[in-house]
Amino acid sequence: MKSGVLNLVVRRLGIAVVTLLIVLFAVFFATSMLPGDTASILLGQAATPEAVAGLREAMHLNDPAILRFLRWLFGLLHGDLGTSYANDMPVAALIGGRLLNTMKLAAITTLLSVPLALTLGITAAMLRGSLYDRAVTVLSIGVISVPEFMVATLAVLLFAVYLKWLPALSSVNEAHSLTDLVRIYAMPVITLTFVISAQMIRMTRAAVMETLSTPYVEMALLKGASRSRMVLRHALPNALGPIVNAVALSLSYLVGGVIIVETIFNYPGIAKLMVDAVATRDLPLIQSCAMIFCLGYLLLITAADIVAIMSNPRLR
Amino acid sequence: MARAVASRRSFLGHSYNLVGVVASLVILAWTVVAIFAPYIIPHPIGDIVDDDYFGPMRQGLWLGSDYLGRDMLSRVLMGARYTVGISLAAVCIACFSGVALGMLAAVTGGWFDTCLSRFLDAMNSIPSKLFGLVVVAAVGSSIPVLILTLAVIYIPGAYRFARALAVNINTMDFMTVARVRGESTAYLIGSEILPNIVRPVLADFGLRFVFIVLLLSGLSFLGLGLQPPLADWGALVRENIGGLPFAAPAVVVPSLAIASLTISVNLLIDNLPQKIRDRDA
Repeated sequence: MKSGVLNLVVRRLGIAVVTLLIVLFAVFFATSMLPGDTASILLGQAATPEAVAGLREAMHLNDPAILRFLRWLFGLLHGDLGTSYANDMPVAALIGGRLLNTMKLAAITTLLSVPLALTLGITAAMLRGSLYDRAVTVLSIGVISVPEFMVATLAVLLFAVYLKWLPALSSVNEAHSLTDLVRIYAMPVITLTFVISAQMIRMTRAAVMETLSTPYVEMALLKGASRSRMVLRHALPNALGPIVNAVALSLSYLVGGVIIVETIFNYPGIAKLMVDAVATRDLPLIQSCAMIFCLGYLLLITAADIVAIMSNPRLR
Repeated sequence: MARAVASRRSFLGHSYNLVGVVASLVILAWTVVAIFAPYIIPHPIGDIVDDDYFGPMRQGLWLGSDYLGRDMLSRVLMGARYTVGISLAAVCIACFSGVALGMLAAVTGGWFDTCLSRFLDAMNSIPSKLFGLVVVAAVGSSIPVLILTLAVIYIPGAYRFARALAVNINTMDFMTVARVRGESTAYLIGSEILPNIVRPVLADFGLRFVFIVLLLSGLSFLGLGLQPPLADWGALVRENIGGLPFAAPAVVVPSLAIASLTISVNLLIDNLPQKIRDRDA
């Protein structure tokens, strides 16, 4: 039944593409709903009506919305993201370096939080009901229940104000040595790791605990397998699908997390760029940033679903 | 976790434990504050009452003063109004529309169900903070816009949850009987399905309230939520963030207020009697 799985995966990918189109459409329309005429904003108050009309014509603002959407989409496919209103630079040039910075931040956070969360989640499930399990659960509920900016605020209070180990702000350009680099990334990474790990721990713990309550694990226990063998050899391979699913889903929280974290730590990433663009109402920039975020988010949740399909032995 | 330690007591036929009771008391207290805030604040929120900014806690100014020397206690109490009020309004709209559409889709089925589910799934694929950012960029930020935006963001989740529950109920024999009797869709939804899913839906309502409080605070913290002179808890943290280097109460207290509310709601739902909380009731 290999083709059954393949069919499901292809179907899921198809749904993802359709979803992406709908999302792009929504983003485009939300941003073009902006009150006020773009052309007259660009030209300022002293503009003559003729100049405004001319610019409207040149920017194709008089065309129906669907035509503008298709033109925008066509531009996207050719790598043309448009030109920023605020400083007349190509959006692609503005985004390029910033995107790299954000990717670095996300990659470091992932490398740190995945092993940490998996270890905590799996051990908590193994020692279910123990003091350790309770501590981990309460802590993760606590982190989930508070806004990201509060985790960041607490981290600043602890590491920068009381302990004075780290600076409260980041500036990537001043990195000259490895210690500088660690000091710059430490604070945003710590905050993001907390936020992402809390989700991941909860989901991993739930997944492992569900597998531990199945009959074949009980069988392993009855035949005299040691506790660690029972978990590592019998339960974990079967819980792998749900765990990878949990990891991908938790990583999608990065999208919301970086928006807050980059703002609070003044980290020069794409989320900071977007928040600034919202302040100056720089539409092409907002559209492109929003599109990148949606794309990343969609990739992660699609990956999570596909892993869930592939790991379900009943579909094979 | 805490369920094992806390003592059980009986009330209205369900047993509640200590954590649940404490959590509901905290929620009740914030609700009372939100309703009566204008009558209990010691100073008008706009008045500058302290010569110093980021003043410490002392008699008369129980929570210190903010970055302009205004009374922090009054501002936090009034902030409760906006945070609780806006979130509650948004969650009511989100859950009412989501649950109504979900039940309708489950009962009607066919292309209506498919189209609506596809569309709302797509909406769900937009990260919530991003959606908020884009809307605020497009139409600006005001209380009605915030309420509607927050509601729209959380309708797909409520829809998905209610639809999943309603689809299960829809396959029951009593639904077939009601259909054969020739009952209207409105009757099927209101009298057959709703009573059977109302308890898990209420638990979901609580969770969604927490999400909305967190999102609203996050947006306000970014300066995209409530605009001055109004200030909810997220905005209070934002405007007083300058006090962070010396751990001023002005930045710590609003954070604690948010945490106390959201953690209480989460704990209350976690400690609800199994019968109410159970998702496949």
